[in-house]
Amino acid sequence: MGSIKGIRDKVAIIGMGCTKFGEHWDKSKNDLIYEATRDALADAKMEPKDIEAAWGGTWVSGFDGRCLADPLKLQYIPVTRVENACASGSDAFRNACYAVAAGAYDICLAVGFEKLKDSGWSGLPDQQSLPNNRYPDRTAPGMFALMATTYFSKYKLSPEEGKRMIGLVSVKSHHNGTLNPRAHLRREVTIEQVMNAPIVAWPLGLFDCCGVSDGAAAAIVCRADVAKKYRTDPVYVKALQISVCPSEGELRADYDFTTVKATVRAGEAAYAEAGIKNPREEISMAELHDCFSITEAVTCEDLKFSPKGKVKQDIESGFFNLDGGLPVQPDGGLKSFGHPIGASGVRMLFEMYLQLQGKADKRQIKNPKFGLTHNLGGIPVSNTVSVLIIGL
Amino acid sequence: MAGIASYGAYIPLYRLNRAEINSAWGGMFPVPGEKAVASYDEDSITMAVAAARDCLKGIDRNKVDRLYFASTTSPYKEKLAASIIAGALGLRRDIYAMDFAGSLRAGTNALRAAIDAVDAKAAKYVLVTCAETRLGAPKGDKEITFGDGAAAFLVSSTGVATSIEGSYAIFQEFHENWRSDKDTFVRSWEERFIREAGYTKLVPEAVNAALKQCKITVADISKAAIFAADPRLLGNVAGKIGFDAFAQLQDPMFMTVGNTGAALPLMMLVAAMEDAGPEQRLMCVGYGDGCDVLIMKTTEAIEKIKDRRGIKRHLEAKKMIPNYLKYVLWRGLMETEPPPRPPINHISVPALWRDREWGLSLTGQRCKKCKTPQYPPQRVCVICQSEDNFEPYHFTDVKATLNTFSHDNLAASIDPPTTIAAVDFAEGGRIIFNMTDRDPEEVKTGMPLEMVFRQVHYWEGIHNYWWKCAPIRC
Repeated sequence: MGSIKGIRDKVAIIGMGCTKFGEHWDKSKNDLIYEATRDALADAKMEPKDIEAAWGGTWVSGFDGRCLADPLKLQYIPVTRVENACASGSDAFRNACYAVAAGAYDICLAVGFEKLKDSGWSGLPDQQSLPNNRYPDRTAPGMFALMATTYFSKYKLSPEEGKRMIGLVSVKSHHNGTLNPRAHLRREVTIEQVMNAPIVAWPLGLFDCCGVSDGAAAAIVCRADVAKKYRTDPVYVKALQISVCPSEGELRADYDFTTVKATVRAGEAAYAEAGIKNPREEISMAELHDCFSITEAVTCEDLKFSPKGKVKQDIESGFFNLDGGLPVQPDGGLKSFGHPIGASGVRMLFEMYLQLQGKADKRQIKNPKFGLTHNLGGIPVSNTVSVLIIGL
Repeated sequence: MAGIASYGAYIPLYRLNRAEINSAWGGMFPVPGEKAVASYDEDSITMAVAAARDCLKGIDRNKVDRLYFASTTSPYKEKLAASIIAGALGLRRDIYAMDFAGSLRAGTNALRAAIDAVDAKAAKYVLVTCAETRLGAPKGDKEITFGDGAAAFLVSSTGVATSIEGSYAIFQEFHENWRSDKDTFVRSWEERFIREAGYTKLVPEAVNAALKQCKITVADISKAAIFAADPRLLGNVAGKIGFDAFAQLQDPMFMTVGNTGAALPLMMLVAAMEDAGPEQRLMCVGYGDGCDVLIMKTTEAIEKIKDRRGIKRHLEAKKMIPNYLKYVLWRGLMETEPPPRPPINHISVPALWRDREWGLSLTGQRCKKCKTPQYPPQRVCVICQSEDNFEPYHFTDVKATLNTFSHDNLAASIDPPTTIAAVDFAEGGRIIFNMTDRDPEEVKTGMPLEMVFRQVHYWEGIHNYWWKCAPIRC
């Protein structure tokens, strides 16, 4: 890997908005895009005409730049649709930031959005459509369940012990979600409920899986040196890193499913860009891509929050709880807040932004400095991962 | 002289106790025994591939210069099935591949045609593979008696394990069993008529004529593999011909497999060859719209091919289907609530055609620089990033173990859960497969696995085949 130059402290977030996530039977994707962007503009005290360029991140709910220009009636400015699986929203944000950092524009908009609940399907609306037609049947929970099977056997956890470990991840996220009016699934769950829930893909049960939701989130970014002109408490971009796996895990027998190399790589690059030496100590809080409870557990190790094979101790001690040493999913995470694919990356930033500004209400973490977001698109064997860090 | 150089067979893992069928229909058919039932992802093409793989064990596949597929239950009414089988087996492209169909004699027809081709020096090695998955209508006697199975032979004039001594055939225009282009289920005429005018008349006539032609007598036959839809009728014709039913007749597997149609006489011949020593005379009799008789004598070479799974080992390695309803669902005989999942992606014929070689035969490649096997074929090596520097590598018969797995209830399946398996190969390389013919409880990390050819999708009349992994059968 070449040396990381990056754009640390060159770009600031000056406005954000996020809809409630959930089953928005009464709202179209255009409604959601409009509402998230309207709130972001109001937060930045701006009008649509102030936006110079925009990026829209979505997996399956839009095709091109018109996905934003149409609902927002943006007036002939450049707009691009970004697709990078579940990391689409993070990548839209990254593009907007790079445009500002490059000096091409002063003020840019990034919107992540997804409308999943019009499909009528359980799970995600469409799985792999590989052109060779010769491929195993598999779903996202089925593929992430492979991680749990291997993690349990590698670290000598009985299925019971393993399910308890990842079950506690969901118990914590559900609790945080009850404190968040924007979250999709707002109820406490007990470890017994989690462990006894119907199996979706063994060993993962219903409460090991995130919600399938509709939603949108938006961010307005500008040059860091002029950010204070717009607000007194801008939040600065410290690191924007993406790592894409060349589908190695599909073919290489040395991939063992207890790690996601792209998370490790994007994390290392982000820490280098942000100047972070000891993530466990320096990162104040994180929104991780907990599409499944096991994913969050493994990600905590991949991002060096916990030593390899030791995340169980941190989960059990409450280290990742709201009042713990490194709160993870303070907003409820994909588990409780919901997962409208393209929206999730920007939604994660929204929580970090609120926390850094001291506006997270009952979820407020004391004096946070750096917030990290991790967005994993794809499956354990083949994926695209973003790690973004923002701070004061 | 032509003869059989190798044999193989296949019986599906699953069996249904006939008492389950009887009880579902209120005790109308108190028939003893069990029937072999193709798994939900098997059909006559996949079973023909399985029998052929058994037959070709240890044999250079490049030798095969003809492939004859025989079945009354090809998944296609119009489209060659032998080409799919040849693709799955990785046979040469310049071979003569053809389908034999229509009659319950399709199996013996194909075997006789192979013998004639070798005798005529038109071919050196002809692979004959025959499989059947016939459907009797629910609540009928044929549903009870039919079973699924397959057999394969390699016919040649060199290294033969049985040498053909004579053949004889007669045809009879006769509606005994039939299935028109509009029918799903096999039909038949009233039992007493077809017994009197058909089986018990034709079989003795043809067998006696064949014996006469070879200038031998009934006593010269060690084992006769005679098609029999019903073992009582076999006893009847044996008496007429003069066979000692216990000593000379090969078991028609009515109690263990059921009537496998065109494949039955070939499967019985495989079973007879499994038990035979050198210098024994065997007879194979196919029946349907007439009668085919083949008489052959075993050679010393018969001892060299006893490592096949054949009939015996396939018979022993079995799992019971718990109830009749599961059989009904596997055969698609009942419309059920569709799964709340997107319909399967449409199948692209150009994409199928592009991977006709590596996709059908599970042929990947090995990097010439770092030696890592990989599938599907790449342009850039996944390990060392060498470009276009590969040689072909066949994964189907390499030792494989289960790295990790899950049981996916969300994926739509006729036989949930869908078991997802990351499979690692002994010389390197990994492929992610679905696992079939498994009991979810028995699936364990590190277990040894084998590759099986199965139907993976059906869309708009296209049967799409690929490979799955399965626990090692036997």
